[in-house]
Amino acid sequence: MQQTKQILVIGNGMVGHHFVEQLRAKDPSAHITVLCGEAQLAYDRVHLSGYFSGTSAEQLALTTEEAYQAANIQYRLNCWVEQINREQQLVVTSQGGQFYYDELVLATGSYAFVPPIAGNDQPHCLVYRTLQDLDAIAQSAAVSKVGVVIGGGLLGLEAANALKQLGLQTHVVEFAPQLMAVQLDQGGGQMLSQKITELGVQVHTGKATQAIVAGTECRYQLQFADGESLETDLVLFSAGIRPYDQLARSCGLVVGDRGGIVVNDQCQTSDPHIYAIGECALWQQKIFGLVAPGYQMARVVVSQLTGGEQKFSGADMSTKLKLLGVEVGSIGDAHARTPGALSYVFTDPRAQVYKKMVVSSDGKRLLGAVLVGDTSNYDSLLQYALNDMLLPKQPEQLILPAASGAPLAALTLPNSATICSCHNVAKGDIVAAMDSGCCDLASIKSCTKASTGCGGCTALLKSVVDDELKSRGVEVKNHLCEHFAYSRQELLHLVQVGGIKTFSELLSRHGQGLGCDICKPTVGSILASSWNDYVLKKPHVGLQDTNDTFLANMQKDGSYSVVPRIAGGEITAEKLLVIGQVALDFNLYTKITGGQRIDLFGARLEQLPAIWQRLVDAGFETGHAYGKSLRTVKSCVGSTWCRYGVQDSVGQAIAIENRYKGLRAPHKIKMAVSGCTRECAEAQSKDIGIIATENGWNLYVCGNGGMRPRHADLFATDLDTETLIRYIDRILMLYIRTADRLQRTSVWMEKLDGGLDYLRKVIIDDELGIGAELENQMAALVNTYACEWKATLDDPQALKRFRQFVNSPDADENIVFVEERAQIRPATAEEKRQWQQQIPVTEITVKALAEEN
Amino acid sequence: MAWTDICAFEDLVENSGICALLNGQQVAVFLLELQGEPQIYAIGNYDPLGEANVLSRGMVGSIGEQIVVASPLYKQHFDLTTGQCLEQPEVVIPVYGVKLQQGRVWLNAELQNQQASAA
Repeated sequence: MQQTKQILVIGNGMVGHHFVEQLRAKDPSAHITVLCGEAQLAYDRVHLSGYFSGTSAEQLALTTEEAYQAANIQYRLNCWVEQINREQQLVVTSQGGQFYYDELVLATGSYAFVPPIAGNDQPHCLVYRTLQDLDAIAQSAAVSKVGVVIGGGLLGLEAANALKQLGLQTHVVEFAPQLMAVQLDQGGGQMLSQKITELGVQVHTGKATQAIVAGTECRYQLQFADGESLETDLVLFSAGIRPYDQLARSCGLVVGDRGGIVVNDQCQTSDPHIYAIGECALWQQKIFGLVAPGYQMARVVVSQLTGGEQKFSGADMSTKLKLLGVEVGSIGDAHARTPGALSYVFTDPRAQVYKKMVVSSDGKRLLGAVLVGDTSNYDSLLQYALNDMLLPKQPEQLILPAASGAPLAALTLPNSATICSCHNVAKGDIVAAMDSGCCDLASIKSCTKASTGCGGCTALLKSVVDDELKSRGVEVKNHLCEHFAYSRQELLHLVQVGGIKTFSELLSRHGQGLGCDICKPTVGSILASSWNDYVLKKPHVGLQDTNDTFLANMQKDGSYSVVPRIAGGEITAEKLLVIGQVALDFNLYTKITGGQRIDLFGARLEQLPAIWQRLVDAGFETGHAYGKSLRTVKSCVGSTWCRYGVQDSVGQAIAIENRYKGLRAPHKIKMAVSGCTRECAEAQSKDIGIIATENGWNLYVCGNGGMRPRHADLFATDLDTETLIRYIDRILMLYIRTADRLQRTSVWMEKLDGGLDYLRKVIIDDELGIGAELENQMAALVNTYACEWKATLDDPQALKRFRQFVNSPDADENIVFVEERAQIRPATAEEKRQWQQQIPVTEITVKALAEEN
Repeated sequence: MAWTDICAFEDLVENSGICALLNGQQVAVFLLELQGEPQIYAIGNYDPLGEANVLSRGMVGSIGEQIVVASPLYKQHFDLTTGQCLEQPEVVIPVYGVKLQQGRVWLNAELQNQQASAA
């Protein structure tokens, strides 16, 4: 694209949002404007019924306004488009707003079809489509006892689930002789009816509703064509969807006879500057009512707008889901309509499982399948169908229970096999991600986005990853590394139970080989968390990463940075002067960190003890900036000075930082204390966040900033200081005990079985009865704290290591600084080359040493 | 074969490294214990991937049968006996001759591996 085009998107459903996300990823500079008709940005419509079982609107949200702002995407909420003026390439909204476009994308979606039944427009006759609809349903349900869903398709059953969760006596009325007539055959439909009836939802098939009239026992009565009737308080229509194509119609775009905006393979409408994607688009006389094909269309348009050539070529409508708790799957030609198709059927009336497989006339290819009650074969069957793979000689084994026919090994799938259809991730993409270093499920998910859409492919993804790892000779276990066949948690247990005090003892008893840069620091951290020995004591020296060994942070040129602890960010003028003087005397670059302290850069290895002697003499302690340990407790100024503060946040931060300083953990830990709800210390982005209230302290846990931000969870409210500290003690100790190597608290929480509720039970209710033990362990660590720099300065043996050469007082000539903005910075390779030509290196070294002395 | 006396055996740090200056070249010297026997290795201190003199401050260990040091900068592993980088086999760093004589550690500037280009 030569010039930045104005790209206007109407609609912010799942597909519209996917388009925006994909376009932004491909073209960071595109001008994108989104007009969203609803009151909030895109949310997950696939899992809408979760709204009634505890999933909040925030959890259903696919994005946030902040995220759109951060990605520089313009958006308007509650914004309905009145008219498209194709000549002027202009869109007019109902509020009179005007938006010009170069390219227009219609992602207007669809609306629930309400059958023309007399009385369908009364109160408590509702549809099931948007979050607003759900709120209306909840309101109506609150004053109702019986609810009927008209429509026994996929969405109708989802809606029935919603009514059931709201505690209503639930009925499903379907015009066709069976449920889910599109996806299931008769046998499958019957099995589904039977199971759903047993779950307490009454199913009425073959019923044509003619009128909704006043009821006798309930609010309404449905009158059926066969003369029967059904009483209900609430009617929910879910009889299919209709594309929102009114806008397209009124501006003269070509639409289908039965609705839908006609698009070509590029998803272009009859106007080349207008595209249509998702459920409003009609491609080859077909509307695609699933999210995956909509996503495909979105990607096609992104490709078209960014110079690519992707085309839409139809989509597989296979689906697997859980309806009212019943597993249902449908693949391809479920009705065996292909000429010559053969069907294998397996029914287990006791377990209420129905499985049908449709194969080609020669028995070699899978054409379709129906699964009710058990979809464990779905992934394998789908791969056979999608990849046109040759079936085994006895294909029936694929659906027979526990027969010798093993499930399809993920290894046998071709690289082209689509694993995640929502995000169009092929097996090859996953293999490539693993080639580039992703080796666990979480990192593969975040790298490829696989399994982050509907989540239907989770099990398949896991087996692909596991098989691939196995084929690479990686044992698929949570083993730390090749030297220890244990997870970090198991090793910690072995250390504590066995009273093991050194790496070599642990290695000889439970490991093999010599260890490596993965297990050594992990075990070093476990030993420190368990026994709190001085980390540079002889047996532990080799276990530390260079930063831990030299108690400083190595920088790119091999020099180090130095960070003294400034608890809570509070520092006296005298101490500031000391830091300034040290920086001047040793010619260090200084920078204020995000954790409210000061980093001193450019120290050479041999300078570290002299620098620290000055700092320790002035009363400073090490800041552990190099360790997997507590970094800082950030604070706002709090009630002491601030007009709004309600508690002394600085005092609390200092107390907490001093309590947990030096605590070794699976990864670094950051904390913050805010003095009021304005949250100036940004505590909710920390591992442990504390916010003052009128009555005490609110405790937030497991937040994170950085690469993968996570908002901390509110753990407990209005705590007094003693309880606050007790909870933090327990949480941190549990984290240290159970987390994986290099696992931040945010990820630890996400992987914790039972999540926040479980953590509350363990910490607050002490359900496991380990509260006192955790507190005692923490107390032992707190009581044995010693500043490592002070200990090092007192230990001549340890100090010996702080020299560049064992046999010479020279300095490393490769560490060279130049001046920038009145401070030093490392010279670039090019600058070093130029320097070396001008001045002999030895001269620089001598000069540097002279300055130092 | 010219040997240079570098330091006392006690100056080495078990399961870790120190750095020595040998004819103007920086050499990383590691002391490991293999089957109860002390074993000393000497390689170039310069990490050609991180472009800094840091290998003596890396962590030593084994990967399969190979005895290696991991660069503290970007964690690539170098074989202590061949100088070869495991992640990028085309990168080979110098390996020096080393011996222990009467409690002293001696280095030989003559490279033990052919492929390495002197840093």
